[in-house]
Amino acid sequence: MTSPNETNEPSRRAVLKAGVAGLGATMVPFGAFEALGAEPAQAAGPVTAPPAAASRGGIGAALKRVEGPLKVRGAATYAFEWPVEKPAYLYPLLSTIASGRVTSVDTRAALAEPGVLGVLTHLNAPRLAWADEPEVALLQSDRVAYHGQIVGAVIADGIETARYAAGLVKLEYAAEPVDVDLRTDRDDLRKPQHAQGFGQLPGDLMNGAPADTSAGDFAAGLASAVHRVDATYTTPVQHHNPMEPHAAVATWTDDEITLYCGSQGVSTPQELLTRAFGLEAGRLRLISPYVGGAFGSKDFSALWGTLALMGARLVPGRPVKLSFTRQQMFTLVGHRPAAIQRVRLGADARGRLVAISHDAVQETAKAKQYAEQTVQASRSMYAAPNRRTSTRIALLDVPIPTIMRGPGEATGMFALESAMDELAEKMGLDPIELRLLNEPQTHPETGQPFSSRHLKQCFEEGARRFGWKNRARKPRTRRKDGWLIGTGVAAATYPSPRLPGSTAFARVDRDGRYTVRIAAADIGTGTWTTLAQIAAEALGVPQNRVTLQIGDSSYPRASSGGFSSGMNSWGTTVYEAARALHAAVDEHGGKVPPEGIEVTVGMPDDPRLRQYEFGSYGAQFAEVRVHEDTGEIRVPRLLGVFDVGRVINPVTARSQLLGGMTWGLSMTLHEETALDHRYGHFVNNDFGGYHIAANADVGSIEVHFLDVRDPHINPMGSKGAGEIGIIGTAAAIANGAYNATGVRVRDLPLTLDKFL
Amino acid sequence: MEQKITLRVDGKERTLTVDTRTTLLDALRERLGVTSAKKGCDHGQCGACTVMLDGRRVTSCLVLAVAGDGAEVVTAAGLADGDDLHPVQKSFVAEDAFQCGYCTPGQIVSAVAMLREAKEGWPSVVSDDLDADRVVLDRAEIAERMSGNLCRCAAYVNIVTAIEKVTRP
Ligand code: FES
Ligand code: FES
Repeated sequence: MTSPNETNEPSRRAVLKAGVAGLGATMVPFGAFEALGAEPAQAAGPVTAPPAAASRGGIGAALKRVEGPLKVRGAATYAFEWPVEKPAYLYPLLSTIASGRVTSVDTRAALAEPGVLGVLTHLNAPRLAWADEPEVALLQSDRVAYHGQIVGAVIADGIETARYAAGLVKLEYAAEPVDVDLRTDRDDLRKPQHAQGFGQLPGDLMNGAPADTSAGDFAAGLASAVHRVDATYTTPVQHHNPMEPHAAVATWTDDEITLYCGSQGVSTPQELLTRAFGLEAGRLRLISPYVGGAFGSKDFSALWGTLALMGARLVPGRPVKLSFTRQQMFTLVGHRPAAIQRVRLGADARGRLVAISHDAVQETAKAKQYAEQTVQASRSMYAAPNRRTSTRIALLDVPIPTIMRGPGEATGMFALESAMDELAEKMGLDPIELRLLNEPQTHPETGQPFSSRHLKQCFEEGARRFGWKNRARKPRTRRKDGWLIGTGVAAATYPSPRLPGSTAFARVDRDGRYTVRIAAADIGTGTWTTLAQIAAEALGVPQNRVTLQIGDSSYPRASSGGFSSGMNSWGTTVYEAARALHAAVDEHGGKVPPEGIEVTVGMPDDPRLRQYEFGSYGAQFAEVRVHEDTGEIRVPRLLGVFDVGRVINPVTARSQLLGGMTWGLSMTLHEETALDHRYGHFVNNDFGGYHIAANADVGSIEVHFLDVRDPHINPMGSKGAGEIGIIGTAAAIANGAYNATGVRVRDLPLTLDKFL
Repeated sequence: MEQKITLRVDGKERTLTVDTRTTLLDALRERLGVTSAKKGCDHGQCGACTVMLDGRRVTSCLVLAVAGDGAEVVTAAGLADGDDLHPVQKSFVAEDAFQCGYCTPGQIVSAVAMLREAKEGWPSVVSDDLDADRVVLDRAEIAERMSGNLCRCAAYVNIVTAIEKVTRP
């Protein structure tokens, strides 16, 4: 089958106008603001999917979410909503010191309260068979490793009683000194080790990448440079804050152990919990068909799963319901670690980079060493013969950080892409020109070819659509009604990894109906729809003949969703299952026997995964307005053009990218969790104090794809779309704010005080 | 302390005994099994729990159930007629105005009530003329009036489009 999007060269025609109508570049959502210099909005082009497959609901079809009608009525069942008989409610108790021990526990008043069924503390909690993971090692000792750690729980007949009685439990502590200061001059900074897979694997950083790299001679390269930038950027602690709080409902009887649990994957937490409670394989079933947002924070679902299961053990015969409060979520489900990054760039007279360095110092918890790939993008983004990157962590008395949308690159590309803007500014070069001048042919460190990298086309297409040529080169030259107006640009990249360990089941019935089963998850990303599309295409049948089943640990094992790996891992596995099913049907002479045909297969290895670099790319454009008197900053317009390989479903992919870019806006303008340096607690722990973008903060956002198949990554030709939308947005906005005001802000978030 | 109350929820009369500390949201979700209204913060800060109480949108986590005795409550489930969706619900599906769907029932109830407020001539903070008889719901007006409903999947651009399309069929 040939189609425009199966070539490797994207033509302008092949660029999808993914917008549904109403999102044209000339739309002016911000009252009096007029779109600055944009070319007239292009008419929405047709979706360029392979016509046959798309019309049958295969890859490329612009299908609406299959579960949409359920969700708009509120009828999709999230974890806490599963109906159970006579539930008991569990309310967690959190530590009020950041480091030390629990010295005494007095539960008498709580137990005397009518309706209270039990109080769980480290004194009576079940001893776990395996507790090497901080994620499951709840209430196993008197140690307190951070402020807001679970130190107990009250279980009662009603929510109100459980919460009230939690306030009656008296805990005393022996507190130890608190150390939560992230500084680059600490003498105990260390190189991360064994942080891969949250400490499960030997790689230095969480994704297995090395902590440090170097090539050539950075110092000599920098010394030889004609133009130099040396700047330090800081990013604060940020919190995921999915709208659905982390929840679990546990039933533990002789016949069944069931856990309804909001989770980014069901297999991994099921395995962790099985080990922790010393259960036979398969005895515990974890169910999570719908998840109210996750963004990295529901990878640790074994934690609330453990607590709910402990509760169910304490009150035999009663199902136990647990939901963290919004405030509790700030310490229990992870955060994006604060980072301090120094970027140095050296360029020759024409603007070609001769030296790049990127050094990051990040915060992590003493309780668990999490270290992310903040400097990773600087290893592959631009060509330069002399280069180095380094990662150092400070082990502090803070809650455990974790992956949060765009882990590593979201903050790393803020630094690198701001520094590139500073260099362009110094040299009087157009920032897009500077980037294209330094586009590498192969990976600058490993020398491996890129499987597909269409960054140049993203910039060209974006510049045309955004009206980049109309920008004022000199900062602080445009103003209107008291607002200074500027535009900024930045590149985006995120790896497209495939995680090992997925298996899928496929079945065909005599009547030609297909069933595909895999323990994958839909955290709002559209898996229910897109994985069914992949299955339909792989099976070569219309999508309405395929029933997809996901979100249940009784299905064949699947990796968790995260790092933009979901579709790559699960889709590849589903393809393999389809292939195996076809082969099995052929073995039956092309006939399906009355009992049907079934296969279960694992994800195949592919040597090409080690021969190429895989990643998504994008160009982010921002129009920024800063009020001359108040410093108030607004972003009336964002535009992104993305190379995410072949687009599986333009409707859901566009929503993912739109969400990612809005996250980028939110992290740039609003998000910052304040840490109290005396007591080690997060201060602004609710939506009143921790601001996320609300509807009126968002103006026009345009999303465009280059719909170009990656030739090697997987049978679909698709790359990751979950993270790339947030990458580079912060730099594009900060660069636009500089263009508007002449003020360079290197510390997120860009609050008004920083412009005055 | 417990008290007996009667609520009319999505057209059905329901009588129950509640702890006087129980919020309307918990009464709906935990006592009546009406889980269409969602709990996002329990604090009046997110809008996920938005229902119509006697015709006006409220955050049901900030209403005590006993204070709602005798009231008419409408959730997103009650806006649909079985499988037949309300026009705002249809528009949300058509425009992909959600991802995870957790904020969505609250957004939809809020939108339906907001359209009614606009029809009644209520101005917002971005209205040019506070005394105008007619409110023109442009994108800025819709975004402003929907800002009490947070969406972390950040479907805002599509939410505004979905509502805009309902106002201009
Ligand atoms: S749950 Fe009521 S406003 Fe958030
Ligand atoms: S759709 Fe997920 S929070 Fe709005």
